[in-house]
Amino acid sequence: MEPLRIHQGLVCPIDRTNVDTDQIIPKQFLKRIERSGFGQFLFYNWRFDDDGNPRPDFPLNAPEYKGASILVAGENFGCGSSREHAPWAIQDFGFKVLIAPSYADIFKNNCVKNGILAIQASEEQVQTIMKKAKTEGYTLTVNLEDQIVSDNDGFTFHFDIAPYPKEMLLNGWDEIGVTLNYEDKIKQYELAHG
Amino acid sequence: MQTPKNIIQKIWEQHVVHQEEGKPDLLYIDLHLVHEVTSPQAFEGLRMNGRQVRRPDLTYATMDHNVPTRERHIINDPISKKQMDTLKQNCQEFGVTLADINHPDNGIVHVIGPELGLTQPGKTIVCGDSHTSTHGAFGALAFGIGTSEVEHVLATQTLWQAPPKTLNVKVNGRLGTGVTAKDLILAIIGKFGVKFGTGYVIEYTGEAIRAMSMEERMTVCNMSIEGGARAGLISPDETTIEYLRGRKNVPQGQAFEEAAARWKALATDEGAAYDTVVEIDAAEVEPQVTWGTNPGMCIPVTANVPNPNDFEKPSEKDEINRALEYMGLEAGQPISSVKIDHVFIGSCTNSRLSDLRKAAEVIRGKQVAPSVKAMVVPGSFSVKLAAEKEGLDQVFKAAGFEWRDAGCSMCLGMNDDIIPSGERCASTSNRNFEGRQGKGARTHLVSPEMAAAAAIAGHFVDVRKFTAQEVM
Ligand code: SF4
Repeated sequence: MEPLRIHQGLVCPIDRTNVDTDQIIPKQFLKRIERSGFGQFLFYNWRFDDDGNPRPDFPLNAPEYKGASILVAGENFGCGSSREHAPWAIQDFGFKVLIAPSYADIFKNNCVKNGILAIQASEEQVQTIMKKAKTEGYTLTVNLEDQIVSDNDGFTFHFDIAPYPKEMLLNGWDEIGVTLNYEDKIKQYELAHG
Repeated sequence: MQTPKNIIQKIWEQHVVHQEEGKPDLLYIDLHLVHEVTSPQAFEGLRMNGRQVRRPDLTYATMDHNVPTRERHIINDPISKKQMDTLKQNCQEFGVTLADINHPDNGIVHVIGPELGLTQPGKTIVCGDSHTSTHGAFGALAFGIGTSEVEHVLATQTLWQAPPKTLNVKVNGRLGTGVTAKDLILAIIGKFGVKFGTGYVIEYTGEAIRAMSMEERMTVCNMSIEGGARAGLISPDETTIEYLRGRKNVPQGQAFEEAAARWKALATDEGAAYDTVVEIDAAEVEPQVTWGTNPGMCIPVTANVPNPNDFEKPSEKDEINRALEYMGLEAGQPISSVKIDHVFIGSCTNSRLSDLRKAAEVIRGKQVAPSVKAMVVPGSFSVKLAAEKEGLDQVFKAAGFEWRDAGCSMCLGMNDDIIPSGERCASTSNRNFEGRQGKGARTHLVSPEMAAAAAIAGHFVDVRKFTAQEVM
């Protein structure tokens, strides 16, 4: 996994609440047995019409958001199915940072495992970003080390993140490798609990 | 005296392998359930790193999401077939027990776990599936995980988890006649919203919960995730113990009595505290129907579809407008006037024997409306056999239902069971998201009884009146 320290990127707004993982990646694309290549299916039913043509009004199809790497969305993002195909698709499409007022628990965990930083911001901060992102070629700089988001006009805020996911993201660690350092403890537990 | 504890705290403490400042706890996992959709990349990860499955004996796999329910051996979709073959190969290679499509124990992962007695009070249970919360009905701490976590559990039998906040959903009083566990959980989500449980583990308590059978409790816990909670559980009692007695994977004889005593001791102590408590009055709950595109968008069958103009927040208005448009409904129209094209009785929420019995009672001797296609998909092989032994298949078939093989089926339409775009389904499943049952499909979540009554009437009806009319 690639470490993530400071990231600067174009912001793409999805102005909807309760975006569920069935929308992020519809079920017909869950049959692949690989981890890669899901980006082309991201938000498939919102991005493409019944004939497979791009819907021009969906932000991900708009030329001004081409190359966006920061996605901003409404509350409870990633609710529903636990499918990790959702963060795989988000990442494969090129997004590295998400900003929303809240996320579903499983989705948020899945993001960390894939090196995606899911920032929890206030409703007002999200609305501000949403507005700015709709009008200009709007970029943000995200500094994970200092937990700060800022733009070029002086808009800036601090965000919270628990120490463990922060460390994982900053270092891009393989979590299983980390856990295997505790193998003695796992063995002890197993002995004690039959 | 010790501080009283709730069951969530007790199970947690018993499973901490390692604790350290600034880190989540390293939690031991007692049972890992695996299915074909969320596991291939995890096994591949093990292979790439030369790792093994640490405890194949605590790992159990089944095929359910892709399984065809008409003729289960004919898998038309080559990609579905590949996913199922991959699971088989992985289980062979890593020594994991698999109930494949020919195995008598096969079925939906959340139906067979309890049936086989793998699900037990006090266990930590995970599966790469968000409805793992179902197993909480037994007083187990059971939650869904992503594929990276599946790989982590396969390799280490543990997970890093921050201790959850605890939430007591207290259900006061008793449910009325004709009002089911499904109506209760829908009403809870309708009342408190689709994210009230985020960051929490729920314990359901109160008289109505105590009065429920295990199968009803599973329906309630199943949909905890629809309220945002990864896990929802119920303290074990005699009902739990009697359900488990004699099942395949539980201790037998004296060992069972000892286990039962341990299990009962897990129940929440008198006076234990929670981070949050919410209450609902069971007697107020009516049969529910969802009208929108998330499970919180539900109303009593006696009510009208909401009008966006009655809401103040622009984001709420937007969400309701979008949902009405997708669902093809008019603001303010009575939900009972909505005609349906399909009925699906099945899924890990409502496909157990008692669900099928109750639905069969409603339709016995009647005919499915000519405009409706209706099907029943039992949750497992064993549910199917048991239902056939009682002749329920005949009741359904005589009424014009299709009687299918076990699997997830139309709950998410990964096999061939899909609702065509623009058509409307009364479904006993758990998610009414856009496109869930097929692109453009319109899903209304209901109880098995309400689904059965709608099949006969061709539109939503209050099952309480429906049954009463017949008695007269
Ligand atoms: S029945 Fe539906 S919700 Fe349950 S495991 Fe299968 S697909 Fe998931």
